[in-house]
Amino acid sequence: MRRHGVLTAVLLSGAVAHADAPPPAADASVRPAASSSAALAAQMALAQQIVLHGSPQGAHECAICHGEEGQGKIKAAFPHLAGLPKPYLERQLKHFDALARNNPSMQAIAHKLDDAQIAALATYFSRQVPPPIMSPVTPPPALGEALALRGRDAIPACVTCHGPGGRGLGGALSAAFPPIAGQPAVYLERQLRAWKNGQRPAGLDGLMGAIGKRLSEAEIVAVSQYFAAQPTLAATVATEARP
Amino acid sequence: MSARSAFRSAHTLIAIATCGVLSACEQAPQGSAAPLAAASAAQPARPVAVAFAPPPSSAIPDDAFGVVVRQGEALFRNTPAHAPQYTGNTLSCRNCHLDAGRLADSAPMWAAWVSYPAYRSKNRHVNTFEERLQDCFRFSMNGKAPPSGSPALVALEAYSYWMASGAPTHAVLRGAGYPRLPKPAQGWDYARGQALYTEHCALCHGADGQGLLVEGKPWFPPLWGPQSYNWGAGMSRLDLAAGFIKANMPLGNGNSLSDQQAWDVAYYIDSHERPQDPRYLGSIEATRRQFHDGPYETYGRTVNGHLLGVGSGVSGGSTVTQAARGRTTTTLRD
Repeated sequence: MRRHGVLTAVLLSGAVAHADAPPPAADASVRPAASSSAALAAQMALAQQIVLHGSPQGAHECAICHGEEGQGKIKAAFPHLAGLPKPYLERQLKHFDALARNNPSMQAIAHKLDDAQIAALATYFSRQVPPPIMSPVTPPPALGEALALRGRDAIPACVTCHGPGGRGLGGALSAAFPPIAGQPAVYLERQLRAWKNGQRPAGLDGLMGAIGKRLSEAEIVAVSQYFAAQPTLAATVATEARP
Repeated sequence: MSARSAFRSAHTLIAIATCGVLSACEQAPQGSAAPLAAASAAQPARPVAVAFAPPPSSAIPDDAFGVVVRQGEALFRNTPAHAPQYTGNTLSCRNCHLDAGRLADSAPMWAAWVSYPAYRSKNRHVNTFEERLQDCFRFSMNGKAPPSGSPALVALEAYSYWMASGAPTHAVLRGAGYPRLPKPAQGWDYARGQALYTEHCALCHGADGQGLLVEGKPWFPPLWGPQSYNWGAGMSRLDLAAGFIKANMPLGNGNSLSDQQAWDVAYYIDSHERPQDPRYLGSIEATRRQFHDGPYETYGRTVNGHLLGVGSGVSGGSTVTQAARGRTTTTLRD
C-alpha cells in the first residue's frame, strides 16, 4: 500500500500542475469524500476489498479485467480506470446497473453493487495513476489526427472537450468529458459505435450521441487509434519530470 | 444537412439575400414586421439558394498562393497569436465561424466571399469584402482594423477566396450567414435564459461567461466582459446571436435547442456588459439612437437595473496587453 500512496501523490501533483491549482473549495466539490481523511481511508479500504476479492453480494472482483490499480488490459480492450474522474466512474457504474450501457458483464457486476460501494470504487480508481502508454504498432492514421485536432463540419475537434492530447480539461469539465488518452483502440471504437447506434447514453447535452451518429466507420477506427496512441496524464507528467 | 435545416435554410435565404453574409450582416430596415415579405419584394431578381461545399483543407495548393491561404487559415484559427496588433480580446475568427469558416449556418467564409461587395445598412454604403473583414477586427475582436492591403487581410481574403473555389459569384449559397429564427412567441426572458445558460453553456463558457484558457491559450471563448466582442459587433444583436446559437450550440449538437430557448439564452448573454462600441458618441443614449435603434439591440436598455452600454474593459485593442489577456480564467473550472 505504500506504493499506492506514492503513486497517488504523483498523480495528484500532476493533476494540480495540469489544472493550474484549482481552488480548494472547487476541488472538494469534485471529491466530496476527500473532505475527511478517515472517511476516505474507509472508502479506499472498502473499494480495495471489492477490487481484489469481489463484493459480499457476489460482484466479481474488478482486478480480473481492470487490474488491481485499474490499469486495464490493452490487449483485451479492457479500459483503464485509473485516474478517471470520480463522478464519471460513478455515473458509468450506474448506467451499467440501469442497462443504459450495453455490457452484460458490467451490468451483472453493477447490479450487485450498492451506492456506497459504487462511490468507494469510483473514489479508489480516480486516485490511482493512469498506466504508461503502450507504443502503437503503427502510427495512427492522418484521418484520426485530423478529426482529433480539427474536427469536420459540425463535428468539433475531439480535443475541444477532451483536452489537449485527450488528457481531459480537469475538474468538472473532465467529469463531463473524461480523459480518453491511452485507452485501448478497440474499447474506444466500441464506445463510438455504441453512440452511433444509440446503445450508450448520449451524454451531456446529447453531444456524444450526436457526434457518434455523424462519424463514419473509417473515422471511428482512425480516431480511436489516434487517442489510443496518446500518452496519459501520468505518462506526460513522468516525461516532463525527467531531468 | 438535415431535412429540417435544409427547409429552414430555404425559408430564410431570401431574407439573408438582403444583407452581407459574413456574420454580423444587417437586416433590412429594422423593426419590419414582415422582413421576409419585404425582402422578397425588394430583391425579386436574386437567385434561389445554391448548394455548395468548400474543398478540403488538404487541397490547398503547394505553391506561392497556397502559402498565403494557409497563413489565412492559421490566422483564422488563432487570431490573437497571428494578428496581435489588430486584436483586443482573446477571440479568434473561428469562434463565430465554426470549423475554421467552413461550416454552413455558421457564417461560412466561402458564402461571404461571393456576397461582396454589398450594401450594408450598418454603415450605409457598399462595402468591399476587405472592409467587411476590417469591421470584424474593429467590433468582434474589439481591436483595430488592419490597414487595407495588409498581409493579415490579404491572407484572410486568400483563404476565403480559395474556400469559395467554384462557387457562383453574387449567388445565395445554402448555409450562408446564420439562420433567421422567427420572432419568439414568448418574447425573450432573462430568467429563462439564465437557467438555460447554467444548464447548457456554463460548463465550457463559465458561470461568469469568461470562457476558459488552457495552458495559457484561449480555449472556450468569453461571451461577455472585457475579453469578448464589443457592443458594435453583430453578435451583440439578439437575432444574430440567437441564429448562431440555435444552429451551432451546444457545440457538437446544434439545432438541439428550441427557437425559443435560443432567443432566451441570446438575451441572457447580450444582457451583460462588454467593451464599449468604438463608434461611441459620448452618451449611451446618443449612441443607441444612432447605431442601436432596433428591436434586437440590448445596448442602451436597462436590464435588471443595469443600463447596458457602460462598457467593460478597453475598446480599441491597442492598449490591451498580453498580460491583460492572460488574467482571465487560468484555472480550470470545477
